[in-house]
Amino acid sequence: MTRPEDVLVQRLGETVLEQVRFRDDLTLIVPREQMLRALEIARSTGFRLLTDLTAVDRHPAQPRFDVIYMLTSVEQHARIRFMVHLAAEQTMPSATSLWPGANWLEREVFDLFGIRFDGHPDLRRILMPDDWEGHPLRKDYPLVEEPVEFKGHTPKVPSQIIPKSKPKPL
Amino acid sequence: MGPQHPATHGVLRLVLELEGEVILNLEPVIGYLHTGFEKEMETRTYHQNIVFPPRIEYLATFIEEQAYVLAVEKLLGITAPKRAEVIRLILAELSRIASHLVYLGTAAIDLNVTSLLMYCFRDREEILDIFEMVSGQRMMHGYFRIGGLQWDLPQGFAERVQRFLDDLPRRLDEYETLLTDNLIWRKRTEGVAVLSAEDAIRYGCTGPVLRGSGVSYDVRKAFPYGGYADYEFDVPVGSNGDAFDRYRVRMDEMRQSRRIILQALRRLPEGPILVDDRKVALPPRRELVRSMEAVIHQFKLVSEGIHPPAGEVYASVESPRGEKGYYIVSDGSNRPVRVRVRSASFNNLQALPVMLSRGTVADVVVAIASIDIVLGDVDR
Amino acid sequence: MTGPSERGTVVSRAGSPTEATEADLRALESNILTTTVGRVVSWARKNSLWPAQFGLACCAIEMIATAQARFDIARFGSEAFRASPRQADLMIVSGRVSQKMAPVVKHIYEQMLEPKWVIAMGDCASCGGVFNNYALVQGVDKLIPVDVYVAGCPPRPEALLYGFLKLQELIAEPAHRRRR
Repeated sequence: MTRPEDVLVQRLGETVLEQVRFRDDLTLIVPREQMLRALEIARSTGFRLLTDLTAVDRHPAQPRFDVIYMLTSVEQHARIRFMVHLAAEQTMPSATSLWPGANWLEREVFDLFGIRFDGHPDLRRILMPDDWEGHPLRKDYPLVEEPVEFKGHTPKVPSQIIPKSKPKPL
Repeated sequence: MGPQHPATHGVLRLVLELEGEVILNLEPVIGYLHTGFEKEMETRTYHQNIVFPPRIEYLATFIEEQAYVLAVEKLLGITAPKRAEVIRLILAELSRIASHLVYLGTAAIDLNVTSLLMYCFRDREEILDIFEMVSGQRMMHGYFRIGGLQWDLPQGFAERVQRFLDDLPRRLDEYETLLTDNLIWRKRTEGVAVLSAEDAIRYGCTGPVLRGSGVSYDVRKAFPYGGYADYEFDVPVGSNGDAFDRYRVRMDEMRQSRRIILQALRRLPEGPILVDDRKVALPPRRELVRSMEAVIHQFKLVSEGIHPPAGEVYASVESPRGEKGYYIVSDGSNRPVRVRVRSASFNNLQALPVMLSRGTVADVVVAIASIDIVLGDVDR
Repeated sequence: MTGPSERGTVVSRAGSPTEATEADLRALESNILTTTVGRVVSWARKNSLWPAQFGLACCAIEMIATAQARFDIARFGSEAFRASPRQADLMIVSGRVSQKMAPVVKHIYEQMLEPKWVIAMGDCASCGGVFNNYALVQGVDKLIPVDVYVAGCPPRPEALLYGFLKLQELIAEPAHRRRR
């Protein structure tokens, strides 16, 4: 019995640029222009539940953002993940035409990353105050930590207690 | 209905456009509890991050910790030893019962059944006593570790849990007698805040909101994790998608949780509670005296943390509100690049305007209570 | 002074102050309470502090637990948690105050009538807690004056009750030693 993910990959055909399999997860990398079409095909293949819509900032790597769509098939118990590589100033087509539930998810991505979605009915900030400047989850936005005064103790901010190490193969 | 309101279950703001008592338009405004969890978790190591999940969904704390720890374990490609898995399962199901008790108490007090709040919190106190016995803290535990648990169970744990579970059916029957056959409760909740199955899926709802509308989707059955595949339990499903069905679903879920815990207590195996991989979990202290490598591993783990392979994973659990998932992106260093918390309440709350499309102001209170949101989960 | 059959307990048989004896003076002392208006008012206020329902996050759950049957806060006078700040005299800021919530906190504090007190419950309300970042106000005392800080994440109900009792002691102190 073929798994729903494989059926989907077959139906998508050329649209998929790359398939990434890591720890039982399947991620399909799709170009930006084909994204809505791919989502529609996935939805008609049974992946009807939009589990999540989010983004990752890869600064300073280019293209800067990865926009992730996670879909679930409720009846067949399958999951699929789509990833779009997006450059810094590019916009994404909105998925609200397919799922009304994408409304707030896209607003959150806009609020925290600054990625605009074309065709979104009401794109404005959702978690930060309306007049906030900047997009907090971007890598060049600082954490804004207030240093704490200890007698004779450094570092004075929590995130420097264990500094970031270089990437190391396991 | 401003952020400070007794019936909004937290700091939620609703902008209602009314015609008399009928709602023409409803817009939830969220963000009043935005804490920056996701950015905060990017600046800490994987072990330091265990502190944050219980503060996100503060009513089902062990389930939230389990979600994060499972995601990191999936990233590393390890599983916790069997004993740790069963203990996690027991504590997670106890968390589920505790969370549903809070739901019951607050939903009841919103409709002025004040005694139920007292009863439910009294029962919850017993569960919190068990949690305190195990982890030292009533709410924000920090007991789960990547690869297992912090320390083993205290003596008397199984008896304590058994005593609580023996008493639970009698109490749940009492609460059901108070509510289920109560004319006022039924009139206020039946047919109110109706969400069809189609709408629920289109809005990404999960959990009792989805199951109350008739769709049987439970992450414990669909994508089993943490040993759930070995246990027998039913997933209660409603039919009408109204507030009453969601109430029934949660009451039945409490009974099913009890069933799971009873099975787990019988199967609790002996064995280690922390995985043996020295690059992930701290070595036991007695080894530090004898082995130089153990000292070096300890030093590396404490001063730098673990280094998972580069990649992305998504792991989810069934929280009392729905599907709670952690999407972790790693670049091979000791800090995650991105931790995304797939929040059940965020998606469920989006469906609120649909539920109340021609409702009245009085139904708003019932609807919010029936979704059972946790604002920490919505705003993160 | 009239006889016992017409008046009840006789305090003194003296006809006038010049006839009062030692025994009369001692009897008077044990039957009359003298105090200041300030002390009576403080006693009344501290024993009937009505908090405003201001639960923000996780600490709110412990605050609700403090009001429930095991750690009854009603025995200390907080019988009713008022929904409207205009009817409350205590604001227990229980939880983290985010940037969006800060003006609301200030607004609600201003809506409360004098005399009013504030307990900052939990680490987030006291100093920002575990979260030292862009999204939270690092301690609610950046917005409103706080009387008692209760530490803990979340503080146990007993800890909140201890803070509550400390606040009652604070209220009972004479006015010239306090800033209010």
